[in-house]
Amino acid sequence: MTTTAPDLDKTPAKPAKARRVGGVMGNAGLYLATGVAAVLFLIPFYLIVRNAFMTDPEITGEEWKWFPSTIQWGNITEPFDDVTVDFARSMWNSLVVAVLHTVGILLICSLAGYGLARIPYKHANKVFYAVLATLMVPTAVTFVPSFVLVSSLGWVDSYRGLIIPGLFSGFTCFLFRQYFLGFPKELEEAARVDGLSYWGAYWRVVVPNSLNFFAAIATITFIAGWNAFLWPLVIGQDPSAWTVQVALSSYATNQTVNYHLIFMATAISILPLVFVFLFLQRWLVQGIAQTGIKG
Amino acid sequence: MSTTTTRGVASPAPAKVSKDRPRRGLRASSTFNFWLFTGPFLIGLIVFVFVPIGWSLYLSFFEARFTVTPSEFVGLENYRMILSDTDFRNSLVTFTVFAAFIVPTTWAMSLGLALLVNRLRFMRAFFRSVFFLPTAVSYAAAALIWKMSIFNGVRFGLANTVIGWFGVENIAWLGNPDPPWYWLVIVTVRLWLQSGFYMILFLAALQNIPRELYEAAAIDGAKPGWQTFRYITLPQLRATSTAVILLLLIAAYQAFDEFFILLGKATWGMPPLVELYKMALGENQNYGAGSAGALVLTALICLVTLFQGKIMGFGRGEESQ
Repeated sequence: MTTTAPDLDKTPAKPAKARRVGGVMGNAGLYLATGVAAVLFLIPFYLIVRNAFMTDPEITGEEWKWFPSTIQWGNITEPFDDVTVDFARSMWNSLVVAVLHTVGILLICSLAGYGLARIPYKHANKVFYAVLATLMVPTAVTFVPSFVLVSSLGWVDSYRGLIIPGLFSGFTCFLFRQYFLGFPKELEEAARVDGLSYWGAYWRVVVPNSLNFFAAIATITFIAGWNAFLWPLVIGQDPSAWTVQVALSSYATNQTVNYHLIFMATAISILPLVFVFLFLQRWLVQGIAQTGIKG
Repeated sequence: MSTTTTRGVASPAPAKVSKDRPRRGLRASSTFNFWLFTGPFLIGLIVFVFVPIGWSLYLSFFEARFTVTPSEFVGLENYRMILSDTDFRNSLVTFTVFAAFIVPTTWAMSLGLALLVNRLRFMRAFFRSVFFLPTAVSYAAAALIWKMSIFNGVRFGLANTVIGWFGVENIAWLGNPDPPWYWLVIVTVRLWLQSGFYMILFLAALQNIPRELYEAAAIDGAKPGWQTFRYITLPQLRATSTAVILLLLIAAYQAFDEFFILLGKATWGMPPLVELYKMALGENQNYGAGSAGALVLTALICLVTLFQGKIMGFGRGEESQ
């Protein structure tokens, strides 16, 4: 497994000759096809924004309207004033859960990955195979047994129940192990010669030199934590423990359908991740390109 | 000093390190450090992964409704019940149909997008971002957009508006299993959400194909386009394709969110996990049967993974390189 980050912006691996054959017509066709695909991919985003800033009569009207006749800025606060679903609370829950999920996973799985990759121990391989075995069992399938455990711990409707069971990701541990196997050994050896323990070398040398990888894993983990649905649905029996995804799903089954409110809530729920995307896309892309294959 | 540092890159283990231990004390011993680093993770793994699996194995042999500490041993009754349950069996059919649609379409779409983006010289990052952006959206949010706006069964849904321009009657996309239009809704939402992610994998793989291969092919008279794609690009992408197909299959097997939200209380088209959810957390809270179902599904997915690994030569064995 290579850990070098592929540069996805490199010019295409095609000979100059082949490109010339395509010529101007080929290029026009290429950009036309890409453009059409891009428009199709953007339609759902357009619909969210369109509906979020319209009135319901406009959304459900006889004539299809591409844009709101006047932008309903007042819609922005409506999900927060809604009495049927405590949207603000659910956003806060999601933030707490996604942040602690990310921090916890990074801490626990990176340490374990490093231990498995770099600390000699005679049963290390057996331990590693036990971790690998858990990769065969899809986490989603184990939600029934996990719920049984968490409910008998009394963790239903709590942050503990939402966060802790998800921290022990065999897959993330595996990714860290693979990454640390490729980490230059000379750096650690120099640190150890200087008298640092494994622990000291890890925090002062290994982690500071691996921030790109940590950022990539953090980005992927945060998105997964924010978007998780099944486990929060199972654990969040009481509306006060709902994450924003569970709150969104409750709109789909509500008796009264309030279109502009639903779409404003959807837009707000996506917003944090759009920011993550805009500012962290480099790490996200690298993280996926480096690690996704091994999924 | 060098005797205490790690030896061997891939396989930790040299037993000779232990010889140094007495001299250097507990805190410096590598055994102590190994458990210091991996301990928290391993304890959590045991408590939150192995124990639940073991416990549900236990529960699956008991009559366990509304309780997780049952006393009535029923042997294989839960397994018999779940395997003869028509809803559960239908859910396996649903998964098969779903996988048959979603795996090839996502594979083709993500590869197609990667090929397009890879050939762009201007605005490449822009288009890549556009196709990748849906990856940020949750299944819950996307399902709402699909259900409430695009495939709303009433007149003002986008799909019905568009077919209305051509004089076609409104279609109840999700409200009716016959004809099964709901498949179109379910497959397109996942296609939109997933394609960008797999496109990134294909893009990375395309970048790794050596240029010389294309140059050699051009010299040998291969026409750019289909011929080079068929005889160079596609074979070079084999490992990635295999991995992508396996990932798609496992993801399809665990489909829950969009079915749960799009189909709601419908009695048709429910995949295995939704059936499990209903069984264990629905009105009956039948943890025994739910656990049996979870174990049956786990066994099935292990079989599929191993089977595909055998056929396509993609296994977990390679990490011991």
